[in-house]
Amino acid sequence: MATQQTQVLARGLLSPAVALLLVWMIVPLAMTIYFSSLHYSLLDPGSESFIGLDNFRYFLTDPAFLASLQNTLVLVGSVLAITIVLGVPLALLLDQPVLGRSIVRLMVIAPFFVMPTVSALVWKNLLLHPVSGLLAWLSTLVGITPIDWFNDAPMLAIIVIVAWQWLPFATLILLTALQSQDEEQKEAAEMDGAGALSTFIHLTLPHLARPITVVILIETIFLLTVFAEIFVTTGGGPGLQTTNIAFLIYSQALIQYDVGSASAGGLVAVVIANIIAFFLVRVVGRNLEA
Amino acid sequence: MARRVTVRRMVVSTVAAWFFGGLIFFPILWMVLTSFKTELEAFTIPPSFLFFEWTTENYATVQSRSDYFLHALNSVIIAGGSTVIAALIAVPAAWSMAFAPTRRTKDILLWMLSTKMMPAVGVLVPIYLLFKNLGLLDTRSGLVAILCLGNLPIVVWMLFTYFKEIPRDILEAARMDGATIRRELVYVLLPMAIPGIASTLLLNLILAWNEAFWTLNLSTSKAAPLTVFIASYSSPEGLFWAKLSAASTMAIAPILVLGWFCQRQLVRGLTFGAVK
Repeated sequence: MATQQTQVLARGLLSPAVALLLVWMIVPLAMTIYFSSLHYSLLDPGSESFIGLDNFRYFLTDPAFLASLQNTLVLVGSVLAITIVLGVPLALLLDQPVLGRSIVRLMVIAPFFVMPTVSALVWKNLLLHPVSGLLAWLSTLVGITPIDWFNDAPMLAIIVIVAWQWLPFATLILLTALQSQDEEQKEAAEMDGAGALSTFIHLTLPHLARPITVVILIETIFLLTVFAEIFVTTGGGPGLQTTNIAFLIYSQALIQYDVGSASAGGLVAVVIANIIAFFLVRVVGRNLEA
Repeated sequence: MARRVTVRRMVVSTVAAWFFGGLIFFPILWMVLTSFKTELEAFTIPPSFLFFEWTTENYATVQSRSDYFLHALNSVIIAGGSTVIAALIAVPAAWSMAFAPTRRTKDILLWMLSTKMMPAVGVLVPIYLLFKNLGLLDTRSGLVAILCLGNLPIVVWMLFTYFKEIPRDILEAARMDGATIRRELVYVLLPMAIPGIASTLLLNLILAWNEAFWTLNLSTSKAAPLTVFIASYSSPEGLFWAKLSAASTMAIAPILVLGWFCQRQLVRGLTFGAVK
């Protein structure tokens, strides 16, 4: 269909984007790979030397790595669970006839547009503060001793903040999917005497399977590298309790200035993310055929 | 055909939806309320919800003490600049893939998507060192470049899904009438593509405005956008909650408004067209 002239033009129009992304992908990655094989500390310039895989050995056997890997998994897993488990009923609720639905929807979606540093600091100071926070006041009202969130349950506090940011995303996607569900099918099921629960299990849930998969995959990509929320609230502490992989790499690079080890860590993060990405690309790619 | 709606069901779902919606929105509401309190009142237990002395003093203090507008301007330049440049690169690319696809188009699209999956932290070290050696640390142009590259795949993808929906017959017709490619582009394609381009730009602006990994790591003061400015409140001295709230309210207000306008596009953009 397209003429030869169009083909040439099309290639010319496409190439800047491809070239830029190629450079953006290859150059930093190649540098990371190169640095990861060096003993390279910014505190000790000029002492760079090739040390093979020692950085990986150091990074992977560092107790901080295991701790941060565990923290990363806990953070990602908990936030995923919370956003899906709360997101599905919330989306179902918003799909009901509700007076002022568009306003409610705006309220639900709002947290997603709040920049991470703002949500982290507002939660930390205004809501979770052990003395003057709103939750502290509420818990004293019902006679519970307020929790010192960032000392006694720091990871839980981070999970709450991040889940609050991502619940709107899950809800909005699931709601969008619900609204494309075949109403007539549901009506037919109701007329055949199917109860609400069985309609949900046999019609709605299968319909939501794909959007839920998409939510899980996309959230995972972003949640694997949660950074700002930790940076402004706990700084990874106390101890290593809220250090995830992203924060560990950051602290090795820009606090301890150990370029070699941080680069090795960066590659580990890339590998983990790629495993997830592999599945996402397949799901999205299947959609391209349709 | 609408389904039968009983009044009882409507009342129950309305009450429930407003309750949970309010609960989710509450932290933002509380922040806005706190921004109008005095520092002392912001700290007082039990907290007052509406019956306090409203003051706008915090907004004035935030500006006079810490040059809020410089950081707001940085945010505008960095988010706006990276969005515009990304669009200039992405519109031709998406046009080409949507209207003159080749065997490799799908692979290229998926490959672009996969660059977005690369965790930023994986290349923090080289980017930081490159920036340091090139004198780009704490410069707006450096951040514009990084955010532009980071969001380019999403922009291409979103534009691609919009362009795909433009009926091809129209182009054929224009070609039959002897329109050149340039005229076809300007008079036929562009008017139909503008809504898609606009919502892509909007979503990208939001993502760039809220980006908090590169901005925190690559800027400190003079190029720092609002994300970094707000982060400086994490280690403050004295009473600061009301001021933090005022600064935060100003930082998120414009993007909240924009965001509400493009909820639909958000779903489409962030799921790379997998959910519409």
